[in-house]
Amino acid sequence: MRFSESWLHEWVNPPLAAQALCDQLSMAGLEVDALEAVAPAFSGVVIGAVETVEPHPDATKLRVCRVDVGDDEPLQIVCGAANVAAGQRVAVARVGAVLPGNFKIKKAKLRGVASQGMICSASELGLAETSEGIMVLPGDAPVGEDVRDWLALDDQAIELDLTPDRSDCLSLAGVAREVGVLNRLPVTEPAAKPVPPVHDERHSVQLDAPAACPRYLCRIVRALDPNAETPLWMTERLRRSGLRPISPVVDVTNYVLLELGQPLHGFDLARLEGAIQVRLSRSGERLALLNDEQVELDDDTLVIADDNGPLAMAGIMGGAASAVSETTQDVLLESAFFAPQAIAGRARRYGLHTDSSHRFERGVDPMLQQRAIERATALLCAIAGGQPGPVVEAVSEADLPQPVCLLLRRQRIQQVLGIAPDDAEVTDILGRLGMTLEPHAEGWQVSAPSQRFDIQREVDLIAEIGRIHGYDAIPVTHARSAAFTRAPREMAFDLDRARQTLVARGYSEAITYSFVSPEQNAWFDPSPTSAAPLTLANPLSAELSVMRGSLWPGLIQVMRQNLARQQPRVRLFETGLRFLGGAEALRQTPSLALVAVGPVVPEQWGQERRLTDFYDLKADLEAMLTQTGRLEALCLQAPTSDAEAHPALHPGQSAALRLGEQPIGWIGTLHPLLAQRLELPTAVQLCEIDLDALGLGERPAFEPLSRFPSIRRDLATLVPAELSFEQVRQTVTEAAGDLLKQLILFDQYQGEHIESGRKSLAFGLILQASSQTLVDAEVDAVVQRVIERLEQTLGARLRT
Amino acid sequence: MTQRPDADATTAADSSTALAELQSAALAAVTAAADLAALDEVRVRYLGKSGQLTAQLKALGALPKDARPAAGQRINEAKRVVQEALEARRATLEEQRLAARLRDECIDVTLPGRGQPSGALHPVTRAMRRIERLFANAGFSIAEGPEVEDDYHNFEALNIPAHHPARAMHDTFYFPDGRLLRTHTSPVQIRVMETQPPPLRIIAPGRVYRCDSDLTHTPMFHQVEGFLVDREATFADLKGVLYDFLRHFFEQEDLKLRFRPSYFPFTEPSAEVDVQCVKCGGRGCRVCKQSGWLEVLGCGMIHPEVFRQVGIDDEQWLGYAFGMGVERLAMLRYGVDDLRLYFENDLRFLAQFA
Repeated sequence: MRFSESWLHEWVNPPLAAQALCDQLSMAGLEVDALEAVAPAFSGVVIGAVETVEPHPDATKLRVCRVDVGDDEPLQIVCGAANVAAGQRVAVARVGAVLPGNFKIKKAKLRGVASQGMICSASELGLAETSEGIMVLPGDAPVGEDVRDWLALDDQAIELDLTPDRSDCLSLAGVAREVGVLNRLPVTEPAAKPVPPVHDERHSVQLDAPAACPRYLCRIVRALDPNAETPLWMTERLRRSGLRPISPVVDVTNYVLLELGQPLHGFDLARLEGAIQVRLSRSGERLALLNDEQVELDDDTLVIADDNGPLAMAGIMGGAASAVSETTQDVLLESAFFAPQAIAGRARRYGLHTDSSHRFERGVDPMLQQRAIERATALLCAIAGGQPGPVVEAVSEADLPQPVCLLLRRQRIQQVLGIAPDDAEVTDILGRLGMTLEPHAEGWQVSAPSQRFDIQREVDLIAEIGRIHGYDAIPVTHARSAAFTRAPREMAFDLDRARQTLVARGYSEAITYSFVSPEQNAWFDPSPTSAAPLTLANPLSAELSVMRGSLWPGLIQVMRQNLARQQPRVRLFETGLRFLGGAEALRQTPSLALVAVGPVVPEQWGQERRLTDFYDLKADLEAMLTQTGRLEALCLQAPTSDAEAHPALHPGQSAALRLGEQPIGWIGTLHPLLAQRLELPTAVQLCEIDLDALGLGERPAFEPLSRFPSIRRDLATLVPAELSFEQVRQTVTEAAGDLLKQLILFDQYQGEHIESGRKSLAFGLILQASSQTLVDAEVDAVVQRVIERLEQTLGARLRT
Repeated sequence: MTQRPDADATTAADSSTALAELQSAALAAVTAAADLAALDEVRVRYLGKSGQLTAQLKALGALPKDARPAAGQRINEAKRVVQEALEARRATLEEQRLAARLRDECIDVTLPGRGQPSGALHPVTRAMRRIERLFANAGFSIAEGPEVEDDYHNFEALNIPAHHPARAMHDTFYFPDGRLLRTHTSPVQIRVMETQPPPLRIIAPGRVYRCDSDLTHTPMFHQVEGFLVDREATFADLKGVLYDFLRHFFEQEDLKLRFRPSYFPFTEPSAEVDVQCVKCGGRGCRVCKQSGWLEVLGCGMIHPEVFRQVGIDDEQWLGYAFGMGVERLAMLRYGVDDLRLYFENDLRFLAQFA
């Protein structure tokens, strides 16, 4: 809603500067979006009367005009506009005038003829986007007067960004009512006397959908002057409200829409065939709209129709065929109440949004139609002559919104707001808002005025009391705390701690969009044959159309961008949902993923350069999972077949992760083919875990510390090359029994000096008893057992 | 320094002059010892088992009985003096040796440290954690909900029926089956109230989505929703919680707030909360568009219709709710001036929030 301050002042005139008024409106819930001058700064422009127009002796397109600006002598002005004519009142920029854009008017010669100023167009004064020719002022414009003063251009436009509940303020009348309430001032409405009919021609109306349209008024106005022009005062008001003048009929309906909030429509009477029918559309009916669009209607759109079919989309937009044109002389004016639920959503369904639909879907005062059609008739006849007939009204009283009567309890005000206004304040506030109050034992019975669609419940009245009382005048209090909060389980996975661990290990946290490209999503899908990914119906672009099945595509994208920005070392993690199972069996799985590439540490003087590899990432994963207390249950399972492998990972450098029996995710090196496709270095390391699958961790359980020394024995073994360390570890652990406190693998070697098919593993056994110092014999026995078991079960040999 | 032959020492045992010479020769040798090894040689030469002063003692037997105590005393005195000198010299030499070692072991402490440098949390997480912690102090616990939501939880149950004009304020991403990406974190309110009995005090952080992308909008961003349901809860209490929160968040004890009446379908009364511009202190600047105020959150008393939807008796229970945009708060707190930076994840950007 946009309107000018001067227009508002005709209704109500609070002693407030424009900015203070705006602050007041904002603080009352009518948020002011903008306060702008209605015209750019200019000076030295006065009203002139064109006395004569002569052709320029030396230029066909220029005229030499004598213009009276109230001085002793008329001014000689050379003008290029085609529409300049003797007898006009025009805006003259005198020598010394400064026009918008700091354009200074000086004495000039145009093709040899002196010019003492300029006759201005509306656009040159910043009063229109574009204009054809000079601005012609009304014939009664006083010669010599400053144009700025005469047009009252030192005015400001106020733009309100209204919330959907305040449709009652989508008009000058509504804003004025609110300003009156806030400032305790009376509001003056412009005189709107009914216009008596001069003939008895009635257009019949049929309400076929009374729930959607319970009230429809129309009126024939004949013999309008097609050459009439909308007066400047009205076009200026429209302009200051952001509307372009079009024609008297359209301008008048727009004006009444702004003034009273009632959308009106004018039909070209000559194009109507039979009675007006207000009905729901029939599926497949077509309608050419005023905006030159052809729409095919569904069966749920309210239309205004005649015998030939739909004429207009009710409350949304008129049709092209029945529109008022330059030659229209007879019109049918429409002023109706369309129920919000009949209009809501319909405009959007057809991709439309109009000033009319905006108001009807929020609610137009159902008692306003008579007043609006009388006001429009009066304005139209004043501008374009015309002979009005009687107002025809079709109404279904039962379907009109019924006034609500609400019980407002004194005590409830305090319960909700935390203040207890006295009765006088309550009745004063609600009374000023146009509500009627009846005393009641607990408080009042309150009826809201018909324009307040937002008052439906007791709490809506309480909100109004709070609003007018002033939110800032409500105290700041601290309620006693009653609830005991639900604390998280101690051993629930602490994501925050995991984040801190990763940050300490050199990872930075990224946040990427949850939607990715279908192609990339497929590349990183662990089971590409499973359900189709969840796809948006209205994505911003195809690149952002699929809900991610993995956090990797987003992180890889970020990695690529950072590499491209000369960051040689990228370590990132992200947490968030993955969307698995497709639309049918959707699972929204909280997940955490890591990606790392480049040197393990930044380039350094004292450390050998080494690229991050699988084992670095594995250590990071383990550090993060340590908090579960179940690290010993973490198992990395290398895929043994293509079917088991993750398609995005190197089959020989990847593993499915399990914690106990529970699969929790994947770790590995990016598949070389994918690395190539993504133009990435080969050694990108990836890991992704499903956070919910981690379950509750193992609570720490204290074990007494042994007071006795530990003993270390080292073993160097030769084992079959394909044997995994995990197999060796299990065998050693089982064989060594309880005394084994730690197994340290300190060397792994394969190659020269080692027979082919074998590798050397060297490890230390740390042995310790809890109740005595171990003697050599015990230690030797353990070591012997370990050696035998390795030889027997794994075919290992001791290296000598 | 000349050395006396051993033969002289024994024959001069009775001579106090000779003893004195021996002592001064020993002291001179101590002083001359340049390092600990040389000093040890001196010790052996004079005080060792077959050292010269030791030999003097051994020679006492050759003296007449009555002369022995006095001579012995003199010799022991000489030994003591030499011993002391030796120890003093040893202490000095050790000190010098330590000093030399420390000098040799001196390193350049300004060389860069070794190992893994720290990464960084995302600023959104950083701000969100701070918000969560502040509300945790006020007894709020965290709840989360799905991001792919149904229409009921995102709209209907929040008193936003189909075709409600408020839906136009949410540019919603839809799936073909009618589900959607949640446009706000408010559905968590419904999900919690459906499953947990009041009293409730919940904070719900998370990702939300709007089908909108330009300079000041990203299609995904973060909100924190908070709400309380209790036997008593007033708009004044709501003000109290938000005053506390915002003053602590911005660490400005006198931060001014402004509650403006507004409209949300799921609260009544509703308000938008502005804080005095944290950049200019309310004088007007580019950040607050010269208004002196910054809109930071929306709030209100939980609407009776919302309570009805989840089966909570609104005569018995009252509640308030509030919601805020995390990116916006992080922008104000850390001075980030471009929303899109949050989702570019440039390491140079992220490193600033370590």
